[in-house]
Amino acid sequence: MSSPPHRLELRGITKRFPGCLANDQVDLVLRPGEIHALLGENGAGKSTLVKIIYGVLHADAGQIRWNGHDTHIPDPAGARRLGIGMVFQHFSLFDTLTVAENISLGLDQPGPMDALSARIAEVSERYGLSLDPRRHVHNLSVGERQRVEIVRCLLQDPKLLIMDEPTSVLTPQEATRLFETLRRLAAEGCTILYISHKLEEIRALCDTATVLRGGRVVGSCDPRKETARSLAEMMIGTELSTPERLPQGEAGAAKLQVRHLSTTSDNPFATNLKDVSFEVRAGEILGIAGVAGNGQAELMAALSGEALVPDPASVAIEGRPAGHLGPRERRLLGLAFVPEERLGRGAVPELSLSENALLSGYAREPLVRSGLVHFGRARSYAERIIGAFNVVTHGHRAEARSLSGGNLQKFIIGREILQKPRLLVVGQPTWGVDAGAAAAIHRALIDLARSGAAVLVISQDLDELFVLSDRIAVLFHGHLSESRPTHHTSVEEIGLLMGGLFNHPPDEDEVDRAV
Amino acid sequence: MSAELALLGPILAAMLAAATPLLFAALGELVVEKSGVLNLGVEGMMLVGAVCGFAVAVQTGSSTAGFVAGAAAGAGMAALFGVLTLLLLANQVATGLALTLFGVGLSALIGQGFVGIPIADVPELYIPGLTDLPVIGKALFGQDALVYLALAAVPAVHWFLYATRKGLILRAVGENHAAAHALGYKVIRIRFLAVLFGGAMSGMAGAYLSLDYTPMWAEGISAGRGWIALALVVFATWKPGRVLLGAWLFGGVTIAQLHVQGLGIDIPSQLLSMLPYLATVIVLVVISRDVARIRLNAPASLGKVFHPDA
Amino acid sequence: MTLLRLEPRGEASRAMVYATPLLAVALTLASGFLLFWAMGFDPVKALHAFFIAPLLSLRGLGELAVKATPLVLCAIGLAIGFRANVWNIGAEGQLTLGAITGGGLALAFYGEGGWWLLPLMIVAGMAGGALWAAIPAFLRVRFNASEILTSLMLNYVALHLLNYLMHGPYRDPDGFAFPESRLFEADAVLPLLVAGTRVHLGSLFALLAVAAGWFLMARTFIGFQIKVIGLTPTAAGYAGFNQKKIIWLTLLLSGALAGLAGLGEVAGPIGQMNPTISPGYGYTAIIVAFLGRLHPVGILLAGFLMALSFIGGEAAQIALGLPKAITGVFQGMLLFFLLATDVLIRYRVRFGAKGAAGSGVGRAAA
Repeated sequence: MSSPPHRLELRGITKRFPGCLANDQVDLVLRPGEIHALLGENGAGKSTLVKIIYGVLHADAGQIRWNGHDTHIPDPAGARRLGIGMVFQHFSLFDTLTVAENISLGLDQPGPMDALSARIAEVSERYGLSLDPRRHVHNLSVGERQRVEIVRCLLQDPKLLIMDEPTSVLTPQEATRLFETLRRLAAEGCTILYISHKLEEIRALCDTATVLRGGRVVGSCDPRKETARSLAEMMIGTELSTPERLPQGEAGAAKLQVRHLSTTSDNPFATNLKDVSFEVRAGEILGIAGVAGNGQAELMAALSGEALVPDPASVAIEGRPAGHLGPRERRLLGLAFVPEERLGRGAVPELSLSENALLSGYAREPLVRSGLVHFGRARSYAERIIGAFNVVTHGHRAEARSLSGGNLQKFIIGREILQKPRLLVVGQPTWGVDAGAAAAIHRALIDLARSGAAVLVISQDLDELFVLSDRIAVLFHGHLSESRPTHHTSVEEIGLLMGGLFNHPPDEDEVDRAV
Repeated sequence: MSAELALLGPILAAMLAAATPLLFAALGELVVEKSGVLNLGVEGMMLVGAVCGFAVAVQTGSSTAGFVAGAAAGAGMAALFGVLTLLLLANQVATGLALTLFGVGLSALIGQGFVGIPIADVPELYIPGLTDLPVIGKALFGQDALVYLALAAVPAVHWFLYATRKGLILRAVGENHAAAHALGYKVIRIRFLAVLFGGAMSGMAGAYLSLDYTPMWAEGISAGRGWIALALVVFATWKPGRVLLGAWLFGGVTIAQLHVQGLGIDIPSQLLSMLPYLATVIVLVVISRDVARIRLNAPASLGKVFHPDA
Repeated sequence: MTLLRLEPRGEASRAMVYATPLLAVALTLASGFLLFWAMGFDPVKALHAFFIAPLLSLRGLGELAVKATPLVLCAIGLAIGFRANVWNIGAEGQLTLGAITGGGLALAFYGEGGWWLLPLMIVAGMAGGALWAAIPAFLRVRFNASEILTSLMLNYVALHLLNYLMHGPYRDPDGFAFPESRLFEADAVLPLLVAGTRVHLGSLFALLAVAAGWFLMARTFIGFQIKVIGLTPTAAGYAGFNQKKIIWLTLLLSGALAGLAGLGEVAGPIGQMNPTISPGYGYTAIIVAFLGRLHPVGILLAGFLMALSFIGGEAAQIALGLPKAITGVFQGMLLFFLLATDVLIRYRVRFGAKGAAGSGVGRAAA
C-alpha cells in the first residue's frame, strides 16, 4: 500500500523584504495527522513562512504542493478553500462585535446567524472549548479569545491548522487543555503546524520539528528524542549559557510599597485593580505573573504615574506617598520604568536615539537647563547607553524604529538603568527579543538588584520569572495573590494561581461587564 | 391660540426641511467613519454637489438630473480624498481640510455664472385629504421627494450596517483593519466604496440646498452645515437612529432662530444666527464628556492610516 | 493597486522633505496651465499675470509682504499646534476676535488716544485671539470635545459677532448706515516700514514670530514635548509630559498670533473696522503651515507663495478678467498635490504588479 500524499510540501520558498531575506530556500513537508513544530528564534522567519502558507504574503520564489498537487495560494480565502486554517498569535478579532459575528467574518459561507450560532455551540462542545456565541469579544479573557479563533478554524473542517505561538497567552493548565484538543484533531487526520519557541511544550506535543535560523532550515528532528538544550542550540546555533541564579543577598528596606490599591477607569475595556498590596525591597526582584489582560496594564500605569490613584498613600516610593505624583515626580523619587510596549510608549519610533534618551532621561540626568535642551549631553548620554549595553545600531542619530526589537529593548533598559534608579519597574522585559539580547537583559536586571536597587518584573513568561525572581506573585482579574519565594514554588502552583485559584472575594462585575 | 397652532404646521414642515441636508450628509459620513475613515471634507463636497447640481438642473431643466449630478460631483470629490488617503496614505485630517478648502474655491469658480439665476421649485407631495390635515398635514404629507428619501435613508443605513454581511464587514474593517486584512478582506476597496458613498450623500445634501431648500446658488451656501453634520455623527455616537434625532434638533434650532423675531423678541438677527453653531458646540461637549461611551462606540481604527505591508 | 505599489523606505527620505513642496508647486502650475486653457484663456499670459507680474514692482513686492504677514502669523501658531496633534482650524475666528478687541479699543478711545493706544491695542488683539482659542482648549481639556469642530464652529460665531458689531456699536455714527467704522486715528495705526508701500510694523512681528517659533521648536524642552506628544501621545504620557498643558499652550499661542494678525489688518492696511477683514487668511494659513512643512522657515516661504496667489488672483482679475475664485482653487490644488507627493518621503513608488515572482509561483503551478 502506497503512503498517502503529503498534506503540504514547500520547495525552495524564498521571500525578501527591503533589507532582509526573511525566507531563504525553505523546504518543509507536512504529513496528514502529524503535529509538526516550526521552531526558531524571533526573526528566524517563522511568521513569514506561515503567512505565505496562509496566503497573506506571497513568496518571491518556490513551489507549494497541496495533497500532491502544485498550487498557488492567492489570499487567505484561497487558503481556507484548500482547507488551511490559522490561529494568529495576535488575534484577528474585533472587540465590539459578538463571538458569532467574529466567527462569521472568518468564514466564506457563514449562512444565517442563528444557524451559525448553533454550529458554534456544537463544535465548541465537541472539542471542549466552551464558548457563548452571543457574547461581545471585549468581555472575553485571552484564553476565551483564542477559543474563538480555534472554533472559527474548526468550523471550516480544516486539513491543516496553523497555530502561531498559541500558549504564550495561556496558563499552563489552559495550555494542557489546548494540547488535548490538538491531539484529538490530529487523531482525526488534521495536520497541525505548531509554531513556538517554547521547547518543553514542543517536546511534549509534537511528532516532528523543523528548525529555522536566519530564514533557512537548519535541521529537522523528532523532538521527543531531543533535549530542550539540544533543541535550543539548534535554534540559536551556538552553545547556550543560561544566566545563573545567584543566591539572593540580604533584602533591604522597602523601596516600593503598594497598599490596598484599587483603580477605576473610564476605559470600558480596562480591568480594574482590586485591593492590590505588595512591596519590593532593596536588593530583590519580585516577579508578577499572570495572563495578559488581568490588570497588568493598569498596574503598570498606576506605578509609573501615567494614571494617578485617588489615595496618595496606596503607592509609596522610598516610603513617600506617590499616588498623586506624575511620572516625572516619581522619577525624581528614584523610580525608573520600562513599559511593555517598547515602540510607541518606551520610545518614539520616528525620533533619534539621542532624542529617545531625552524622553525619560530628562528627569534624572542633566539634559535640560532652564527650559532649554542640552543636545550635546543628550547625545553623549545616548552614546553611553549604546556602549554600555552593546546596542547594535549605526549611531545616536538612528531612528528608534530602525533598531531590531532586542536592540531597542537593550537601549530602553539601558536608558533606565544608567539613571541609577533605586527602584526599577519592568514590563515584559524580553517579549519578542532574541536569545542573546534576552540573556543580556536578564543579566542587567539581576546585576541592578544585586547592587541594591529594588526590581519589579511584570511578565507573562513564567520561564523568565523563574529565572529572574526572588519571589513571585500572580495577578488575576485585578487581584494580586500573596507572593511566594521562587525556590518554594513550582510552575504548576503558579499556573493554578494564574487560573484564579486563590482566595479573593467573589466578583460580580467580571462575569457580566456592561456592554 | 388657534393662530399659534396654525403657525406650528409650517414650523414643523420647515424643521423637517432644514434637517434634510444634515441627515444626508451625516448618514453618509457615518458610514465613512464606520469603515474607519475620517473625512473632514464634508463641507467641500456639499458645496461642489450644490453647485454642480444647480448647474445641471439649470442646463437640463430637470431637478432629478440635478440631484444625480450633485451626488456624482460629491462622489467625485470623495474619490479625490480616497486616492490621497487610502492609496497615497496621506493624513486624513489634513486631506479632509484640503478637500473643504478646495471645494470652497472650486464651487465658487463653477458657480460664478449661476449666481442670482432663478430655478423652478421641486414639486411637493400632495395627497388630497392627508396633506390638508391641520398642523401635521403639510409637514408629514406635503414635502418633496428628497425629504422622504433622507428619512428612508435612516432605516436603510441601519439595516445595511447591522443586518447585512457587507455591513458587518464594513464595521469590522473600521474596528480593526489589520485583523480584517489578515482575514483576507480588501480593506482599501471597502473603505474606498464607503468614502464614495459618503461623498454622494454629501453631494445630495448640497444639491438639496441649492435646488430645493433655498433654492438658488450663492457662494458658501452650505454655511457650515457640512461641519455640523460631522458633529452630528459624534452626537449620534455613530448610530443612524440618533442621527435623525440630532438632525431634527438642529433643524429645530435653525427654524426657531428664524421665528424668534416673528414672536416679537428683540434680539439682533446676527446674534440669533450664531445659534446653530453654538448649539453644535454645546451638543458636542455634552456627548464627548462621556469618554467611556465614545470609546465603546467610536470605530477603533478611525482616522488611522492603513498600509497592507506595514 | 497592482499598477502602483508603495514600498516602505527604511528611513524617511531627507531629500524628499524638501523636494515634495517644489514638486507640488510645479504640479499646481501645470494644472493651472490646463485649467486656464480649458477656460479659454491664454495659459501663458494668465500664469504670467497671476504669478509673475505682481513681482515686478516695488508696490507689488510690498503688497506681497502685506498679505504674507497675517498668513505667516497665523500659520506659525497653527503649525506648532499641528505638531502636537492639536488641530486648531479656528484661526479665522481668532483673527476676527483680535480685530474686534484691538480695533474696538481704537474706536473706544477715538479722539482721546495717545502713544499708549497702539501698544494697548496690540495686547488687546492678542488677548482677544487667545481668549477665543481658550474656548476650544477648555472644551477639549475638560470635556474631551474635538477642537477641530469647536474651533471651526467658533469661526462662524465670530463672523456673526463682527457682523452684529458692524451693524451696531462699531458703526460710524456719521456713516449713513454703512456697516463700517470710523477711520482709525494716527495713534491707532501701525507705522509703515517701507516708503511707497503698505508694509507695516506687523510684518516685523511676523518675522519675530518666525524666529521665536523656530527657537521654541528647535531648542526648548517645551518644543521637544510638543513633538513627542504629536508623534506618539502614549510615549509622552510615559515620559510624564503634561498633554493638557500643551493643548492649552498651543491653542493660546496660536490664538494670540492669529489675534495679532487680525489687529494688524485693521490697524494696518484696512485702517478701520469693516465686516470683511479677512479674505480667508485663517483658512489659507492651514495650507501655509502644511506647505511650510510645519517648520517656521518653511512657513515664511510658503506664506509668500500663498500671498502671491491672493495678489495674483486680484491682478489677473483686473488684467484678464479671470474669476477671483480661481485663487481658492489654486490654493486647494497646491495642498492636494503636496499631500499626494508627501507619500514619497516614507515610501518608494514601484510600478508593475506586486511580487511578480509571487504570481510566478501560480503560473508555474498552472
